[in-house]
Amino acid sequence: MVNAGKQLMTGLGVLLLSVVLAAGCYAMEDFPDEVEIDVLANLYEGVVFDHAMHVDMTENCADCHHHTTGTGVSNEYCAKCHTGDEEMDTVSCQDCHSADPVSPENFHSTPEKFKYHDDQPNLKAAYHLNCVGCHQEVGGPTGCEDCHAKSEAGEKFYRSGEFAPKEDAHHGSGH
Amino acid sequence: MSKISRRKFLAGSMAGGAAVMMTPAKKTFAAGSFEGFPDGMGVLVDLTRCVGCRTCEAACNVEQNLPEPAKPFDDYSVFDEIRHGQKRRPTDKAYTVVNRYDVKDADQPLYRKIQCNHCNEPACLTSCFVNAYKKTPEGAVIYNPKVCVGCRNCMIACPFHIPGYTYHSVLNPVIKKCIFCYDTRLKEGRPPACVESCPQQVMTFGKRKELLKIAHERLRKNPGKYVDHVYGEKEVGGTGWFYISNAPFEEAGFDTSLPKEPIINGVKDFLAVVPMVLAIWPALFTGFHLLSTKGKSHGHGDDHSHDGQEGH
Repeated sequence: MVNAGKQLMTGLGVLLLSVVLAAGCYAMEDFPDEVEIDVLANLYEGVVFDHAMHVDMTENCADCHHHTTGTGVSNEYCAKCHTGDEEMDTVSCQDCHSADPVSPENFHSTPEKFKYHDDQPNLKAAYHLNCVGCHQEVGGPTGCEDCHAKSEAGEKFYRSGEFAPKEDAHHGSGH
Repeated sequence: MSKISRRKFLAGSMAGGAAVMMTPAKKTFAAGSFEGFPDGMGVLVDLTRCVGCRTCEAACNVEQNLPEPAKPFDDYSVFDEIRHGQKRRPTDKAYTVVNRYDVKDADQPLYRKIQCNHCNEPACLTSCFVNAYKKTPEGAVIYNPKVCVGCRNCMIACPFHIPGYTYHSVLNPVIKKCIFCYDTRLKEGRPPACVESCPQQVMTFGKRKELLKIAHERLRKNPGKYVDHVYGEKEVGGTGWFYISNAPFEEAGFDTSLPKEPIINGVKDFLAVVPMVLAIWPALFTGFHLLSTKGKSHGHGDDHSHDGQEGH
């Protein structure tokens, strides 16, 4: 019973905290309800991202937006420099994460003042690491096609669907 | 026509032996102490990021013009395949494969991509007697299939069991393995196809030396997340591809018993002796034989050389 009481108190505490944080997030009314993420669409179609639903679910915009939304910083490491940052003009992933795959060139072109960002993932990885990482933790969908449908180019690339390897040619001829 | 005198013979054989010894001696010093080309490229593999989507396998298949796979690349039943008691390994038709490992006390299984690790001092190269292998300054371990005689020494030598073999080829079976996309990409400074295709950036491409710094930075910035080890930094003398993991490496199928020294160090002392044995011993023992039989040859009536020498 003592444990149950403790759990209840902890639960209420967390709830209160999340309401406070969420309220902070909601204060900026101008976020989009839906975001179509399709700049990299190729093997898969773009993702229609239900931003409003994720805003409802998360405790802090910084969980996804690091330090650009002016709502605090959830990552300790980033917090060292970015605590107290104002909301920035640019908050979308592609504003900071380069769509270029990692190459030795952009390895060396990293400006000195961004040296703490020298291990920054590229745009494709930024999307996937952020989404899949959280989905794994909270039990959200993690299958590729749970979020985006395979395009025809994708079916060809993965040799799936109509491009699938012929199932055992010997059996096929028997029918 | 003068016969070689004993003095000349011995002097000659010593000089020849010395010459033979001097030549490989230079090479033996270099082998086993090579820390990779200064600008050699590498790949840092972060196992915590891999979700087992097999996109890298598909990208490799397309880039290297490999034959059609047995199953689609989005078929995850391959993770259950066991052949000869082993999980999948690279073959002549798939230079890279992803395997799933069930780690103790972990919510998520761990996935690991397997391909050539492009060692600084490759055991395959050491073992190849036709010199088919080459470690390029860009960091790739490539090979020339035209000179490969299909002996499979490299398959036995490789500590990671990487080279595949075209067993189906009756007349000219050869070795096939990952070449870091050397011909089509690495030569131009571009990352290999698998690295570029990965949605999670499990693999980070760059100069090996700089990637090592990044690897240690990741361990430092995320206390408690990773096992405190960079697999491949020191193993078998250092590999071009190296790994960081949240699970103990042995649970992810890594051989943690590998030496820190290159494989060649285990055999180079022996190999240095081979030319000595081959070149000096015959000369030396022939000399001994001639010396020891010289006096006795009077007793043998059939010793013509001795008769000839008498004539001088």
